[in-house]
Amino acid sequence: MARVFEAADASNLVTELRRSFDSGVTRGYEWRVNQLKKLLIICDNHEPEIVAALHDDLGKPELESSVYEVALLRNSIKLALKQLKDWMAPDKAKTSLTTFPSSAEIISEPLGVVLVISAWNYPFLLSIDPVIGAISAGNAVVLKPSELSPASSSLLLKLIEQYLDPSAVRVVEGSVAETTLLLDQKWDKIFYTGSSKIARIIMTAAAKHLTPVVLELGGKSPVVIDSDTNLKVTIKRIIQGKWGCNNGQACVSPDYILTTKEFAPKVIDELKQELVAFYGKNPMESKDLSHIVNTNHFDRLSKMLEEKEVSEKIIHGGEKDREKLKIAPTILLDVPLDSLIMNEEIFGPLLPIFTLNNLEESFDVIRSRPKPLAAYLFTQNQKLKERFAMTVSAGGIVVNDIAVHLAVHSLPFGGVGESGMGSYHGKFSFDAFSHKKAVLYKSFFGDSAIRYAPYSRGKLRLLKALVNSNLVEVFKVLLGFK
Amino acid sequence: MEDMKETVEQSLREMRETFASGRTRSVKWRKTQLRAIIEMVKDNEDKMCDVLFQDLGKHSTEAFRDELGFVIRSATTALDCLDKWVVPRKSNLPLLFYPAKGKVISEPYGTVLVMSSWNFPISLSLDPLIGAISGGNTVLLKSSELSPNASAFLAKTIPSYLDNKAIKVIEGGPDVATILLQQQWDKIFFTGSPKIGRIILAAAAEHLTPVTLELGGKCPTIVDHHSVSKDMKSVVKRISGGKWGSCSGQACISVDYVLVEQSFASPLIEMLKTTVKSFFGDNPKESGCLSKIVSKKHFQRLARLLNDPGVKASIVYGGSMDEDKLFVEPTILLDPPLDSEIMNEEIFGPILPIITLRDIQESIGFIKSKPKPLAIYAFTKDENLKTRILSETSSGSVTFNDVMIQYMCDALPFGGVGESGIGRYHGKYSFECFSHEKAIMEGSLAMDLEARYPPWNSFKLAFIRLAFREAYFKLVLLMLGLIKVRDQ
Repeated sequence: MARVFEAADASNLVTELRRSFDSGVTRGYEWRVNQLKKLLIICDNHEPEIVAALHDDLGKPELESSVYEVALLRNSIKLALKQLKDWMAPDKAKTSLTTFPSSAEIISEPLGVVLVISAWNYPFLLSIDPVIGAISAGNAVVLKPSELSPASSSLLLKLIEQYLDPSAVRVVEGSVAETTLLLDQKWDKIFYTGSSKIARIIMTAAAKHLTPVVLELGGKSPVVIDSDTNLKVTIKRIIQGKWGCNNGQACVSPDYILTTKEFAPKVIDELKQELVAFYGKNPMESKDLSHIVNTNHFDRLSKMLEEKEVSEKIIHGGEKDREKLKIAPTILLDVPLDSLIMNEEIFGPLLPIFTLNNLEESFDVIRSRPKPLAAYLFTQNQKLKERFAMTVSAGGIVVNDIAVHLAVHSLPFGGVGESGMGSYHGKFSFDAFSHKKAVLYKSFFGDSAIRYAPYSRGKLRLLKALVNSNLVEVFKVLLGFK
Repeated sequence: MEDMKETVEQSLREMRETFASGRTRSVKWRKTQLRAIIEMVKDNEDKMCDVLFQDLGKHSTEAFRDELGFVIRSATTALDCLDKWVVPRKSNLPLLFYPAKGKVISEPYGTVLVMSSWNFPISLSLDPLIGAISGGNTVLLKSSELSPNASAFLAKTIPSYLDNKAIKVIEGGPDVATILLQQQWDKIFFTGSPKIGRIILAAAAEHLTPVTLELGGKCPTIVDHHSVSKDMKSVVKRISGGKWGSCSGQACISVDYVLVEQSFASPLIEMLKTTVKSFFGDNPKESGCLSKIVSKKHFQRLARLLNDPGVKASIVYGGSMDEDKLFVEPTILLDPPLDSEIMNEEIFGPILPIITLRDIQESIGFIKSKPKPLAIYAFTKDENLKTRILSETSSGSVTFNDVMIQYMCDALPFGGVGESGIGRYHGKYSFECFSHEKAIMEGSLAMDLEARYPPWNSFKLAFIRLAFREAYFKLVLLMLGLIKVRDQ
């Protein structure tokens, strides 16, 4: 067994990485590209091992691992490689009359030594994707993968040790004890993916060192279904987004459905029918569904399901096997709003449907709850789409599909309120790990006396004219007409 | 204090109701409020200059330059640009997602808290307010109790100009701040010290509230006399203006200390002395152009810094103090001990240490050994030194051949890094600071690919792999059965 990770190890690690960062090695374009290419090699050469680790940890189907973890990462790395030069280039900024004559630019500089704490549900994607951002921006980085996906965690350690520059990119495995020791250190940024409960602990720890944080959390992402929709496609996409993405164990997973009382029976029929088409008559045997990550989470979900007024609302599924950590895709109809399942992020294969008198009420239901990471709407009604997009507050909004926004690098991905702060993906990842340094170049020409004491009425008048960008007035004052 | 708690909760409820009504989201409302801010400043110029004089002894020219004028400009910029800022940004999606559309909408956070500072009590209150309003938020401003006249003025005047159901002012000190921080806000914007910054951040963690912290730090000024000897007059004027001309050095972007080569220290000091005299005359206390120290406590802090024996011995100019008038003379120190308090805490007052180096290149190492400052100033024409400063040091901003004016440039983000803060504002960045960037994606229900859905098989896997690579030609071949599943 490996040696215990102690306080001294944590502080030595940061000291070592800080030395590397201070030496400037991570700042160079070449280094960044080199490291990104190594990450690409990991994806290209080790996909079978990654798929196997994910199968060990989560029983994740090969296609899901291959697509949602490896392929997404590969795209993310390729994009960074392709665009890094552009991202690193300073942005020119316009200067104004007040600071004339001058020129200005904004430089993206690395923050320093950063910590990435990732999650167990997409252990590769959620570990490497932020690391891509950290490296692209020129930081030294420590990754702490989740102990709840141990096979993935140790594979990440092995691969990153094998391929990346150990003086600047490191992996620390461990759970609460190790994380606590890491959080005692001073970081220049902490990037955390996980629950809002732990996020509070992270942010409190960060406050001690004034460390900025990105918190990628979750929440109960609602799906609103209007009757004016293509129901078959709608239901397929919901099933794919719910059970087809790690069996509901995803931060952007549909958490509950809102639809009208009138339309609900159709939704339910279609759901039942398509679930069978997707996963067969006996979904407990399906190879296309991940299992629940561990008994803790299995018990958490069981508890939700077994609540008195909840268990009687199951209209589909409900089968469980604790031994195999399997729960069948389960649909519930109109569970009490104050039940556990309607107040905690489900993060599993249970899907409550909540019916309304009219769709209008869905706005109130969503607004009365903490802001979710995603809000989904299925409709062909243009007006409704617009109103939903404008007035529903969520990290992101997807109309007529589920979760696809996270694969689009031109959209920022991140939450708001209870669903997190900060965003990443594509250039947003680079920005998340960069400090935007303002640079102003001034010349010595044109040093106006109005800037300096002793002050006078004339100076005040000139300043006022300048502030109002009133050139005529400026000349008048300068020429002594006033 | 129970009363205060009640007041705060009542205000918060009202602001949340207002926000929920959607009123503050409309561009029209935002513009009306921005116009009202400009009107308020213009209507109350004299009154504002009065309160700034009472609280800080600020000369009206200084007050206009750093506060009133600044606010008018900031509000005007927001007013002029708001239509542009609120437009959703279209995002290009890869062909794979066709015919889906993507865009980013800036949406208001909700109800936000702005805690301002006493040194620029008008601009550091109203400037963040402009950002919060531009973003479409309801906002509570807590003004600083250390500038009581400005604070009272804001509390009295703001409600008569702005929508008082959406924008509120609460006066008070740390006890009020504590009550405010117990509440849930959608964003907190704080200007002040790193010490309080930590408290704010920790309190915000409780509710997962995003925070912008505008702090300070010891902003160094590098004088590379080799390359700027011809312009030394301007250099010295600008340094003097940056140290003593803006609230007597009580500014977060003030020049904190100067780094210069040993050989040039004496000429520099002589020139500084001459400039100080030309700015403030032989009797600066009576000049009317120097702000006073804000409070007894701060006066005593500065006195303590200066009374350190090692520091006292390093005074080469000034050093006189008058506690009754809260006046500290412009003071220059030559090489005070580097381990003294004055070289390790933000000075925030009219004292200027000159630190000598053998070679100006050593300034890089010197700055790197200290916490990241809000600004670095460097007077140099040496391109190599410029590059080294930019790439080897870290700070909120870097200004070459001038001081403090980066603050006036609204095309530049203003904010710190590390010990000097988190987040940024000014111009469009103020709008962004108070907006959540919401990603919107819209798919089409008309087109649907079977390959997206289980049950999985090797064809679907191959299909998705190709799609991800955006290898569209191969994708077509695969669909036509012209290449084998395992080929790609």
